[in-house]
Amino acid sequence: MKMVLTAFIGNASFCSIFQSLAAFFKTNLPYILAGISVGGQYALIAIGYTMVYGILRLVNFAHGDVFMTAGLICFYLSLVTPLYVSLPLTAAFTVLLGFTIEKVAYKPLRDAPRTSAMISALGMSYLIQNLALYITGGLSKQYPQIPFISRSVTIAGATTKMVTIITPPLVIILVAALVALIKYTKIGMAMRSVADDFDTSRLMGIKIDKVISMTFIIGTFLASIGSMLYFTNYTAIVPTSGAMPGLKAFVAAVFGGIGSIPGAVIGAFIIGICENIIKGLGWTTFSDAFTFALLIMVLIFMPSGLFGEKKTDKV
Amino acid sequence: MLKVTDLHVNYGGIKAVKGISFEVPDGEVVTLIGANGAGKSTTLKTIAGLIKPSAGTIEFNGEDITGKNTTDIVRMGITLVPEGRRIFPDLTVLENLKIGAYLRNDDIKEDINWVYGIFPRLKEREWQEGGTLSGGEQQMLAVARALMSRPKLMMMDEPSLGLSPIFVNEIFKVINTIRARGVTILLIEQNANMALRTADYGYVMDTGEITIAGTGEELSGNEQVKKAYLGG
Repeated sequence: MKMVLTAFIGNASFCSIFQSLAAFFKTNLPYILAGISVGGQYALIAIGYTMVYGILRLVNFAHGDVFMTAGLICFYLSLVTPLYVSLPLTAAFTVLLGFTIEKVAYKPLRDAPRTSAMISALGMSYLIQNLALYITGGLSKQYPQIPFISRSVTIAGATTKMVTIITPPLVIILVAALVALIKYTKIGMAMRSVADDFDTSRLMGIKIDKVISMTFIIGTFLASIGSMLYFTNYTAIVPTSGAMPGLKAFVAAVFGGIGSIPGAVIGAFIIGICENIIKGLGWTTFSDAFTFALLIMVLIFMPSGLFGEKKTDKV
Repeated sequence: MLKVTDLHVNYGGIKAVKGISFEVPDGEVVTLIGANGAGKSTTLKTIAGLIKPSAGTIEFNGEDITGKNTTDIVRMGITLVPEGRRIFPDLTVLENLKIGAYLRNDDIKEDINWVYGIFPRLKEREWQEGGTLSGGEQQMLAVARALMSRPKLMMMDEPSLGLSPIFVNEIFKVINTIRARGVTILLIEQNANMALRTADYGYVMDTGEITIAGTGEELSGNEQVKKAYLGG
């Protein structure tokens, strides 16, 4: 009798939780959708941070600015070329930018203390922002409308842009492809071994500079895709447009365990969703504060993040 | 096969190697013995192209390889089993072997089976991550990984360091097996006893210079060597 009763009560409370959850989802659906979408876009940036950190132990502070530059490149290209030309060219130029930054700002400091490369990264970040300021004259630029993904759609009463629906599956496909590349291909194996140990990788005949370049190419390519999705939603580009998404993606990478790709992706989705639910609850002012509070909590209570390496430095 | 002439290397702000010359003939086992800090590891790293020498030449099969990059040197058939094993802890045993054959584009199945034949334990642990192996197993993996490049010359930096006596014996047995396959070996050891017993020829290094040279037997009998390195 007692058991039946508890089961019944348990069931009833389960039902009410379920109902209130359903109500919550219904009222907050637009925010949840926006969260998933922006989370996916953060994920595409976060992968660049986490991969570069994994291989060089360097936080590439310029990454967010490369993301912004991708937006500007697309804006300027679309003035002179149709979108089907300017989008692939945007990806190509962004990759070239990432590749060049590594060669100019990080490669010469390969054997220098880690702090030097970190400072070089900060310098690179400001250099890009200021160049962008110079080129744009400080005026905000309107991102071109990419026809298909900027179309409006309505899901369960919530109106949003097509990009919201497209982002999550696209991110999942790109991440799956990347994980497969790292896990099953020769270059992927080389990337993992370079991440473990430079000198021993050299002894295997691996050209580590090539592998590092490859990492930057992949990271900036994904950031350029991210910029196409992100700026379709937030269409005004200013020189500091990359700073906030860049920082949040960085927090996502730390939260997921820096160096881990799945970690960065999951971290990014969690941050994107939480941030938007907070907005939905009417605390918009605190949504950024939440992300950085999360960073502090993670650094204090689980510095290796969700999926980070637990081990200490190699002996 | 390998000819080092008047090699000078500055490393970490000190003159680690001060004009050494030695040769490793085809098919033989040559050992460099000496105390810590004598410049043995630096010599091997320089031959492998990880460190650039400040003067001197290194010839391999008549070709000057001084200052070439490591990739080219590995491609020519020189491999180094580094000090402290340095296997890739996050790669599986099989992947560690595959990465050893990184520069090869031909079929490596046969070679994998061959090294599994020499080190049956590695086959048992094929899918384990390298970092989960014991010290002795990691050393075996490091040697097996080096063999995967089909080297002509294999340099080994302290392969017996930190291993239990059983593994030390095993490693020296393996050295003989590898040499029987026609691989030339340049061996650095602190365990001078074992090294001299295995080697055809040996050099004693002291603070960056070669002080004594001779066959393994001669060096084992040399009073000076006995006193300094063989424990009386």
